[in-house]
Amino acid sequence: MIVHSIFFYFFSVIAIFSSLMVITSRSTINSVFFLILDFISVGCLFIMVGAEFLGMILLIVYVGAVAVLFLFVVMMLNVAEQKQSWFIGKKSTHIPTGLIVSVLILLELLVVVGGWKYKKDVMSSSTLVLSDISNTHQLGLVMYTDYILYFQLAGVVLLLAMIGAILLTFRERVGVKKQSYINQISRGPLTSIELKEVESFKGVKIDD
Amino acid sequence: MMEYLQILGQEIYKIIFVLVPILVSVAMIVWLDRRVWGLVQKRRGPNVVGPFGLFQTLADALKYIFKEIIIPASANKTVFILAPIVTMTLALVAWAVIPMSQNLVLADINVGILYLFAVSSLGVYGIIMGGWASNSKYPFLGAIRSAAQMVSYEVSIGIIIINVLLCVGSLNLNDIVLAQKELWYVIPLFPMFVIFFISALAETNRPPFDLPEAEAELVAGYQTEYSGMMYAMFWLGEYANILLMCAMGSILFLGGWLPIMDIYPLNIIPAPLWMIIKILFLFLLFALIKAIVPRYRYDQLMRLGWKIFLPFSLVYLVLTASFLFYFDKLPKVNI
Repeated sequence: MIVHSIFFYFFSVIAIFSSLMVITSRSTINSVFFLILDFISVGCLFIMVGAEFLGMILLIVYVGAVAVLFLFVVMMLNVAEQKQSWFIGKKSTHIPTGLIVSVLILLELLVVVGGWKYKKDVMSSSTLVLSDISNTHQLGLVMYTDYILYFQLAGVVLLLAMIGAILLTFRERVGVKKQSYINQISRGPLTSIELKEVESFKGVKIDD
Repeated sequence: MMEYLQILGQEIYKIIFVLVPILVSVAMIVWLDRRVWGLVQKRRGPNVVGPFGLFQTLADALKYIFKEIIIPASANKTVFILAPIVTMTLALVAWAVIPMSQNLVLADINVGILYLFAVSSLGVYGIIMGGWASNSKYPFLGAIRSAAQMVSYEVSIGIIIINVLLCVGSLNLNDIVLAQKELWYVIPLFPMFVIFFISALAETNRPPFDLPEAEAELVAGYQTEYSGMMYAMFWLGEYANILLMCAMGSILFLGGWLPIMDIYPLNIIPAPLWMIIKILFLFLLFALIKAIVPRYRYDQLMRLGWKIFLPFSLVYLVLTASFLFYFDKLPKVNI
């Protein structure tokens, strides 16, 4: 048990420290790296309480995909410059928006935790049987039976977000040469080679 | 307290028992790679140091160790040093769950395949960090290319893994191997095996998908600014990752440590040897492909990943699921 708590405190101290560093460090790149460290240590905490599936999914989705995108954005855009302007007193329109969003998230978290505390059967499920099967199986059994609607809805919301992002950034470019594999493969000597009699001193016009 | 220390000592002993063979086999595999490459192109390849040039890689490693490590003046020092360490650690850490036989595995965890997938998807960080921290144009371009490439091909690898998991019904690597006792998955899921193999080439930045380090365009991609031991660590991580992908392919499709057939002369060969034979077979394919195919163009690479592999493996997933459901072959969970 001692070893267990040593590991628990080790990971949770790293998690808390790195989450503090995310919002306090001056360099945005370092913020993203601390965010990654935070994700990893929270993943380890998940694994320690026996939720190995959630821990691994956290690593795959957040660290392997989402944080890579963050890193890209931070490296490509000059976020640091904008952040510096806050410290030297320029007016920024981002702070009120950020405050509103964070208050909303706080309220939502309170509602979720409150509902969990005061309505005991929120988490109950007709198919959840506590036995010694692995929690991946249990998760699957619950998610694809009782909560299939919410699961599918979440998928549709994600799909919508993706389509929206593509639509917003899509611009049709004209005059771009595109390789058409079908045209390339389907053309043969009959359609692509043409013999021409070339008269001397007159030449011939090709490629018209 | 003594008890814990004893367990700790045992674990460290086991870890060393896994790590040392991998490091040695990485050295040997580099030699094999160059040798096969040479033979295909009618050259000799490394053949001077030691018998058949076997010690060539060791000599190279020795040279790297004694070379000076140069850190560019404008580089971000911490991240620059961290990048090769991250690459190598991630490549070695993944070997913890690879089963060499039923009992010969460091950590027989429930979500083994997810762990492998997670660790291989983290591999992109070493490259991005290295490319960004060098503070130079070519490494950065190489890192961006490579990150986009790895993220794209990971998606199709994920769906291929789901294909196999549908047939197995467990995320444990030993269960995946044991489920192939009757029939290796390479037969029913042959198209998936091909796509997995090609995606593995792209995931490990091997030719024909070695765009991140395309010499003519980007010098050496993300490793341009690295020298000495730090370069060697990148290179070690790269080859350990290739071996890992071969191991993953042999576990998912070629029946891992199982013999080809459970008959007399074949089943007395010990299980780890079978695993090694299969890994070597896949690696030989990797090495041959490096020698015989030209490099892809970047838009072709992206098209292949997103427009061909992803839809195809999704359709195959639906097919597999329907087949299993219709013939009532879906794996059952004992509750």
